[in-house]
Amino acid sequence: MSASPPLVATVSSAHSAARRFLSLVLIHGVLIAGALFMLAPFIWMLVTSIKPPAEIFSAEIALWPKQFYGVENYRFAMEKAPLLRFALNGVILCAGILVVQLLVAIPCAYALAKLDFPGRNLLFVLVLLGLCIPVQVPAMPLYIGLAQLGLLNTYFAMMVPFFLSVFAIFLFRQFFRSFPDDIINAARLDGMSEFEIVWRIVTPSAWPAIAAFAVFSIVAHWNDLYWPLIVISDAKLAPPPLGMMFFADAETGSNYGALTAAATILTAPLVLAFLIARRRFIDGITMTGVK
Amino acid sequence: MATVTLSSIAKSFGPTRVLGGVDLDIADGEFLTLVGPSGCGKSTLIRIIAGLEHQDGGAVTIGGQPVDHLRPHERRVAMVFQSYALYPHMSVRQNIALPLTMSRLKLWQRLPLLRALSGQRRAVMRGIEADVAAAAAQLQLDHLLDRKPAQLSGGQRQRVALGRAMVRHPDVFLMDEPLSNLDAKLRVHMRTELAELHKRLGATFIYVTHDQVEAMTMSDRVAMMDSGTILQLGTPSQLYEKPGSLKVAQFIGSPAINLLPASVGAGGRLELFGRPMSLTVQQPQGQAMTLGVRSEALSLVQGEPAGAGRAWFSARLRRKENLGSEYILHFDLAGRDLPGVTMRTSPAQAASVAEAAEVTLGFDEAACHLFAADGERIEPRGPGVASASIVPLRA
Ligand SMILES: Nc1ncnc2c1ncn2[C@@H]1O[C@H](COP(=O)(O)OP(=O)(O)OP(=O)(O)O)[C@@H](O)[C@H]1O
Ligand SMILES: [Mg+2]
Repeated sequence: MSASPPLVATVSSAHSAARRFLSLVLIHGVLIAGALFMLAPFIWMLVTSIKPPAEIFSAEIALWPKQFYGVENYRFAMEKAPLLRFALNGVILCAGILVVQLLVAIPCAYALAKLDFPGRNLLFVLVLLGLCIPVQVPAMPLYIGLAQLGLLNTYFAMMVPFFLSVFAIFLFRQFFRSFPDDIINAARLDGMSEFEIVWRIVTPSAWPAIAAFAVFSIVAHWNDLYWPLIVISDAKLAPPPLGMMFFADAETGSNYGALTAAATILTAPLVLAFLIARRRFIDGITMTGVK
Repeated sequence: MATVTLSSIAKSFGPTRVLGGVDLDIADGEFLTLVGPSGCGKSTLIRIIAGLEHQDGGAVTIGGQPVDHLRPHERRVAMVFQSYALYPHMSVRQNIALPLTMSRLKLWQRLPLLRALSGQRRAVMRGIEADVAAAAAQLQLDHLLDRKPAQLSGGQRQRVALGRAMVRHPDVFLMDEPLSNLDAKLRVHMRTELAELHKRLGATFIYVTHDQVEAMTMSDRVAMMDSGTILQLGTPSQLYEKPGSLKVAQFIGSPAINLLPASVGAGGRLELFGRPMSLTVQQPQGQAMTLGVRSEALSLVQGEPAGAGRAWFSARLRRKENLGSEYILHFDLAGRDLPGVTMRTSPAQAASVAEAAEVTLGFDEAACHLFAADGERIEPRGPGVASASIVPLRA
């Protein structure tokens, strides 16, 4: 600070500091409100899972139960529902889908982004059109096909409609387009085949895109009820949401404490996985490493 | 080691013709530079030699063998790219080793799980390690082998790219502006390193640049390209001393050649700014010509501008540029609507000219280059031819 700063300058700098503070408060206020709005159902689930039945139905809204009933609710859920089985089914389902999606989409996206062949643009338009078709449209023919092949009530039936993800092709294609051509050419000169270029050169640089897509894919299929409900009737194969449904029907009726306890247990792996992977996930997105 | 022969290579991208029938014979072990303005097709040509791009017409022969049906890695060429093109997720060691693992290991020996089954793999990998170490030692990369490309400076990345090209012992090195991402000082240093590498390896080098200094300093021969054709092919001094066309003259040399308007006067005698010179040409009277004078051919004329075979004109000093060992003086042509001229001179000479001073600049007519209106070089009949009839020129 100089000895005697001009009065106008101090006033205006104080003024601008106040404005900066205000705008920070405003921005954070909006963000916190948004976060609360998003988290509210989740918090409600957690709170309900530790409340006794009587308090769940009381009219007043309380964030903490007067009587802690968590142990009973969770024990009931663990004893009456094969939650681990549901979670395992969810893991198998999500992993199977994700692996095949990546195996198919990455080479497709590479071809669309980096190879020159007649009809490439037409194929890409078809991919874009594919994005516009909701899963409900091919549900009927797929169901009939699976039924005739005797494949209903299998993991395969749960996974097969999602093996080919046009969204993944689109996402990876956009990502690969920015991959330097020179590096691909260098790999060709070093003797790599196109397949090796895809898996050994291009894919390792695509971790941010793969991570982002994995989040979408895993969340969508972990939580999917629609398709498993159609092809699965065997509770042993049920993924989490369908399992919850069976559990709600058969065992609990309207025991919401136990139900939300089960839901909490089934959501936990997802939440934990992302809390653990968060660091890497953010690193992956900020540091592309491609120059 | 191999010769490279291009015969009438043509290439179009859609309707744009990028290469219009390029013929080029490159000797075994030669350092040939392709130089030319941006967009003239240098990269396209070198990529066709590498097999990364397919020509529409013509043939490429390497070491006497036609290679048009061969894929890039089967051509025994290595390429260094302007962007270095290092594999970003691999260490320097892996980058340099990659071409060797590709050629010495079979596909199944490279696969993640299967490779553990291979007994020979270990021996092969040891050989590769040794070769990588040797290449790294040559390029002073030993201490960087475990870094990733992102952790290297530009010059180090360039050396890794060179190392990756070298380990395979290719017959032909293709380099597409390998130095243009480096800062000026490093570029000068790498120029020497590349020239020495060329001498040591004895391989054929084809080097692309749009920097004429690189072309002049490193090459055995230079091919100057423009709009998809080779304008002139020759040694650096041939291109400098006898540019075959106006474009070559303008491109080669720094500072750029000075161009002055001349015209053909009576009896085919050339006139500069209305004053007859001692040179005669066969062009018809009244034809406009361009006269090129290198900046070092100009000199200050003291007193009367006299002498047979010397031309002169007046100019006004605009700016002095101090390069340390020499000066570049920038002059305006007094009262004429023309770009100025530059003169390269000693510090002592430069000190004798005051800012904005009117001076007379002279040059030896034998040292100038003449170009017709279409840019073709014209050989004048020198002062010797008609010297008997020439009286010393006066203003
Ligand atoms: N894949 C392509 N599709 C269409 N046009 C192209 C393609 N590649 C190059 N061109 C065109 O071909 C011409 C020559 O390109 P090239 O890259 O060979 O130029 P260059 O001499 O290497 O230039 P620079 O010095 O800027 O690298 C340019 O006009 C460019 O626009
Ligand atoms: Mg280029």
